[in-house]
Parts: sequence; structure tokens; C-alpha cells
Amino acid sequence: MLNLGRAALTLALSVAAYGIAASLYGARSGRREWVESGRRAVYALAAVLTVAVAVLEAAFLRSDFSFRLVGGHSSTTTPTFYRAAAMWSSQEGSLLLWVWLLSLWSSLVLFLTRRRLREVAPYATAVLLGFAAFFAGLAVFLANPFQLADPVPAEGAGLQPLLRHPSMMIHPPMLYSGYTLFTVPFAFAVGALIARRLDAEWIRATRRFALAAWLVLGVGILIGARWSWSELGWGGYWAWDPVENASLMPWLTGTAFLHSIMMQEKRGMMKAWNASLVLATGVLAIMGTFLVRSGILESIHAFGASTLGLPFLVLITLLIFGSGFLVWSRRTGLGPEGHLESLLSREAMFVLNNLVLVGLCFVIFWGTFFPLISEAVTGQKASVGPPWFNRYTVPLALVLVLLSGLGPAIAWRRATARNLRHSLRGPLAAGGVAAAGLALAGVATRPLALAMFAAAAFTAGVVVQELWRGVRARRAVSRESPPAALVALVRRNRRRYGGYLVHLGMAVIFVGVAASSSFQRVHDVRLSPGQHARVGGYDVRYVRATSALSNEKVTLGAILDVSKEGRHVATLDPTRGYFRAVDARLGPVGTYFEGEATSEVGLRAGARRDIWTAVQPDIGAMQPLIDRLDRRFPLATGRSQGLLLAALAARYEAQPPPAVFRLIVSPLVEWIWLGGAIAGLGGLIALWPAPTFARRRAPAAAKVRRLRRQLSRA
Amino acid sequence: MELLLATIMIGAAAAIISAPLRRSHRPRVVARSARTAIEAARDAKYREILDAELDFRTGKLSESDYREIDRALRGEAIELLRRLDAEDA
Repeated sequence: MLNLGRAALTLALSVAAYGIAASLYGARSGRREWVESGRRAVYALAAVLTVAVAVLEAAFLRSDFSFRLVGGHSSTTTPTFYRAAAMWSSQEGSLLLWVWLLSLWSSLVLFLTRRRLREVAPYATAVLLGFAAFFAGLAVFLANPFQLADPVPAEGAGLQPLLRHPSMMIHPPMLYSGYTLFTVPFAFAVGALIARRLDAEWIRATRRFALAAWLVLGVGILIGARWSWSELGWGGYWAWDPVENASLMPWLTGTAFLHSIMMQEKRGMMKAWNASLVLATGVLAIMGTFLVRSGILESIHAFGASTLGLPFLVLITLLIFGSGFLVWSRRTGLGPEGHLESLLSREAMFVLNNLVLVGLCFVIFWGTFFPLISEAVTGQKASVGPPWFNRYTVPLALVLVLLSGLGPAIAWRRATARNLRHSLRGPLAAGGVAAAGLALAGVATRPLALAMFAAAAFTAGVVVQELWRGVRARRAVSRESPPAALVALVRRNRRRYGGYLVHLGMAVIFVGVAASSSFQRVHDVRLSPGQHARVGGYDVRYVRATSALSNEKVTLGAILDVSKEGRHVATLDPTRGYFRAVDARLGPVGTYFEGEATSEVGLRAGARRDIWTAVQPDIGAMQPLIDRLDRRFPLATGRSQGLLLAALAARYEAQPPPAVFRLIVSPLVEWIWLGGAIAGLGGLIALWPAPTFARRRAPAAAKVRRLRRQLSRA
Repeated sequence: MELLLATIMIGAAAAIISAPLRRSHRPRVVARSARTAIEAARDAKYREILDAELDFRTGKLSESDYREIDRALRGEAIELLRRLDAEDA
């Protein structure tokens, strides 16, 4: 099936190239059949790439090691679940996934807009196919997933141990879906600028795609953080790693875009800003892929140095200068139709929110690329760490949470001081009470954390008040029960209340981040069985050593008893898995301790705090035994090798050497995932199509018709 | 087998792409974008009218401000409807 995969990829590149030419010719000549043919090229591209993905997936599931990629990233002992996800653990498979997802989203948006945006859509089609051609070209010429293994190995190398986590099944596709979905509004913005159709119609057609991109990228980022917390042995969920930052930057500018487009839709304002913002978001999405693929910055996520850096650099340069030129050349058509009527208005809050979000993005961009900047200026590569990022991002995040509460409390166009007092009295009291209560509880030692808790309480107060007042207003006219009124209110105003729920979720996330980063207790300690250590008020006792054997790895671990003031709290079992190295020179036992090793965290998660433990057994103390077994039984395989490993494991359990433990007590980490779920639900509500819009607009339309009749009679 | 599947795939892609070109003569692109743009602006204005009403009913706008804003919004909506009528004419 290798040849079928190769044929599909080559055909995909040809179809993309044809589609670009057909769309541009159709747009310039006005010949609709060519525009339609270009659009259909996108559908054909999606179908052809689906064949390519199916061929590769089938090869992974069948462990067909004639595919070099399969032999390098899977094995017969890799569980089926992970074999299905192994495709995107590789450079080549990831690029195929990227272009496949792009083709699917492109097909969807072009199908939905097939009867609209006739001047804009052909150019947008050409841009989308341009991206597809770029990635298909990389897959064909530089990172082909359909290469023959020569010779064909009897067994594969297996999946990278760190990636053997359920999150890894969905984290990369979520991130890539976010990146590729952001190219949709990017492409339509370029189309609108080229066709000089600078009204809000392209925004209306692609808003849901921008929102979907924001949602799946956000969920993908959180799943990655969750994986880091529960799988990686370092004890954190965010490390300001370049690849993490690369996913956060387009999410931030995308968030700003989703707010500011409302001003263009309603008031015809900020057209140039919106165009610039969505173009920047598209470029940042490509840059995110570039950072992972190129290996130009050191990251635990990157694929190392590769040959893809230069093509990506050329593409990004082209995108930046092309976008800049388009906005500059269309500047006269991008002037505002309305103006800011008052600084006390929702519009003013959106402007501030955009400034903060873009400021955050700029800080992260600077910190991420600082190693390259410093190398260019001083000749030495210097990097900035988490304290640098925290110094700038924490105050900005604080302002952002405050604005996410202020915005919903202020009306569009203008608000009076009296109304503002009326809207803010309750939420300010909530924030004040939270601040006072927490200060009395001793939180005042961390003023920034205290301010964040108060800001989050204020925002939560605004959202609850908005829902309550909305329900009250609806009940005044409908006489529904409160739950029915709430459901009806949200259903009829999905964008508004979905957005408010997102604000609430973000406030909850920031509470979790502030609490866990300010009040986390970490203790690294070396213990033998029977010994204990204290961390964050908890007593942790090393009860006994554990071991487990499988075809792929030897697992050594510990049973820990966690108690507080003599009361049992939890039993945790952190382990460390040692995976077999693929190196024939190593002995039958030593081969397991020269390969990769991963930690399985012992975690007790709770609403108030997480108790997190990881173990690092002292393999050095076991090394004499490992060497002795390797020398005496150098040719042991299969069952005899299993017996040697069983002997080693039994010895480890019976006479365990001291092990190094990392013990962490971190408050409110679970709030981060809970906040993510709330924000995700809000995003889904805002995203969900409103089939009743025609009915919803009926009252407004009826009002307008009545007024029109009156005017005509007058 | 692979050759057959590849041929079917290429044939299917060619058929999908070339279908519009094989059909009888199509008229040139008719620019109806002005109307759709006004329709988009009208829908946004209707939404703004409903939003202003909800802002008033939830206490974020005073009655006098609401009346003034509502009147202005409805005037803008009527202007958009007039422009739509003019497009149709």
C-alpha cells in the first residue's frame, strides 16, 4: 500500500496546485465554472488525503514495518490505542495530519459559503489551497510518510514512552485543528482585502470557524497541561516552553479577534485592526507549527533539528509581508463607519481587552524568541525563564480578569455612572468580601494572588448577576419557571451568555493558576522504606518498593502512605518505567536501563488540593547486579530473559536501595481543569448554531416595520 | 491492486474537479454581493436592537438612554431596508 499512499500525496499536491490556478483564473475572468472547479478541488483534496491517512493508519494498526515510519514509531507490543495515535508522534505523520485537517475544514467552509461571498471565496480558496500545497509539498519532497524500510525490520522501535498517555491521542489533533481552523478566517480576510469587500460579511461567514479554532486550540492547550501535570515527572502544568508558548500566542490574538469583530459587525468599527489581528493570528498559527517542526528553539516538545526550517521561514516571511502590504494598500477602505461614543461603553472595554491580549502575546513572543534575538545581537544564545514571563504576564492577566468582569456589566454604546454603580455594586461587594476573607485567612502574604482571587470573585459576581437579571427580565414577560426562563434566555442569546460562561471559566482557571503557583509546596527527598517526610502539612511515609514486568518495560516504584495529623489521607503508588533500548550490543537486562524512562505520577486529586508524588529509583545501586546478570547470561532471550528480569525485580522489592522522591502539595489545581470545562461549555453554547435566529429577529424586524409604516403614513 | 485503486482515485478526483467545466455554458459571475452585505448589516442591526433591549431590561441602560439608542438603531435599520429596496428595484 506504500505506492497508493505515495500516489495519494502526489495527487493531493497536483490537485492543490490546479485548484489555486482555477480559482484565481475564475476570479480574474469572472468565469464561474472555473471558480466552482477550484472549490471542488478542495473537496477532491480532502478525499485524496483521507485515502492517504487511511493507508498510513492501516499500516500502523497492522504493524506493517515495510513502512519506515511505522517501524520507527510503533511496534507489535505497542497497545492498539497508541498505535492508532502513533501517526502524529512523527514529523512526517504530523505534517500529513495538518494538511488533512486543513482540507476537511476548508471543504466545510467552502461548502457552507458556496452561495455567498462570490467575490471573496475564490481568493480564499486559493489561499487555503496554497497552505495545502505547501504542506503537501513538504510531505512529498522533504518528509514523506510513505518511505520503504530497507531492510524491513522484524520489530519496530515502539512509540516514544512519554507519548503513551490517553491525552496524546487527542492533544495533537486538537492543536492542529485549532491551527488549521484559524487559517479559514485568515484566508477569507485575505480574500476580502484582495476583492476589496471590507464589510462584515466575511466575518459573519467565518466567525464560527474562528470560534471553533479558539475552542479546540484552548482545549488542546489545557489537555497538554493536564498531560504535563499527570504524566511528566517534573511537577508542573506549564513551563513557558517555546512550543507551549507557540500554541498560546494565536489563541490570545484569536481571543482578541473574537471580541473586536463584534464591534465591526455592530458598529463598522476597527476594520483595519480586525484584518490585522486575524492575519497575525493566521501567521502565528503557522509559526506554532514551524517552532515544533524546525527545532530552531530548544523545547521538550520539538522534533529536533530538521530540514523544514527554511521552507517554513520563507512561508512565514511571505505571509508577514503579504499581509502587511494588503492591509496598507486597502487602508482607505478600512476606515471606521462608527465611532466610540463613550469611554463608559462595552466598545471601550473591548478596546482595552484587545490591548491587554495583544500585549500578553507580545510579551510571550519576545520571551520565546529572545534566544534568537540575543544570539543575533550579542552572538550568544540566552533564554528567559518562568520568572521573567511571570513578571509581565501576571499583572496583565490580572487586568484581563478584571476586564472580563467589567465588560459584561457595561452596555453597548454608552452607560451612565448611575447604571454602572447599579451593575457593579454586587460584584464589587463579592470581590471585596473575597479579598477580606482571604486576607484574614493569611493569603495577604501573596498580594498578587490575593488580587487575582478578588478579581475572579468580582467577575463571577458579574456573570451570576447577569444571569439572574436576565432570568428576572424574561420571567417578567413570559411567566416561566426560573429554570425554564434560564434555558430560554441562554438559547435565545447564545453568543452573549456563552461568552459570559467563558469569562466565568477563565476566572476559575486563573484562580487555580494563582493558587497553585503561589502556594505550592515542593519537597525533594531521599527515602528508604519506613522513612517519612513532611510536605505542606502532610506526612508521607515510604511503605515498600514495588515492581512490575511487561514485554516493553521494567517498572520500579513505591507505595507511599499519606496522612495528616495521624489520619490516613491516601495511598499513592508512583512508578518509573524503564523501556527496552533497541541496541543489540546491550545485555539482556542492561538493555532495559539504557533506553528511555518515564514517570507515572502518584496523584491524589481533590477540589482543595492535589497531592503529587514521583519516584526516581537509584539504579546506580542496582548496577552491579545488572552487570553481573548481563555477563553471566549474555544471550538470554524470551523466557530466560524474563526470568533474569524477574530476579532483578524480586531483589529490588526485597532489598530496595533508597529512592529519590519529589513530593508536591498544590492547592486548587483541579480548578484549572474545572474552569476549562466551564469555558469549553460556554464556547460550545456560543458556537452552537441558532436555528431560531429568523424567529429571534422577528420582534426587532416587526418593530422596524411598524416604525416604517408610521413614517410612510406621516 | 494498488494500481487499480490509484487509478480509481485519480479518475474520481478528475471527475469531481472537472464536473463544472463539462456542464453547458454558465453565465458569468453575477455580483450580488452588495445585497448580501446589506442583509448582513441588517441582521446585525436587528441583533443590536435586541441586545439594547436586553441591556435595558437587565438594568445596564437608563430608560432615556435606551429610548434614544433604540430610536437611532431603528432609524439605521430602516435606512438599511430602504437600501435593500433600492437594490431590488
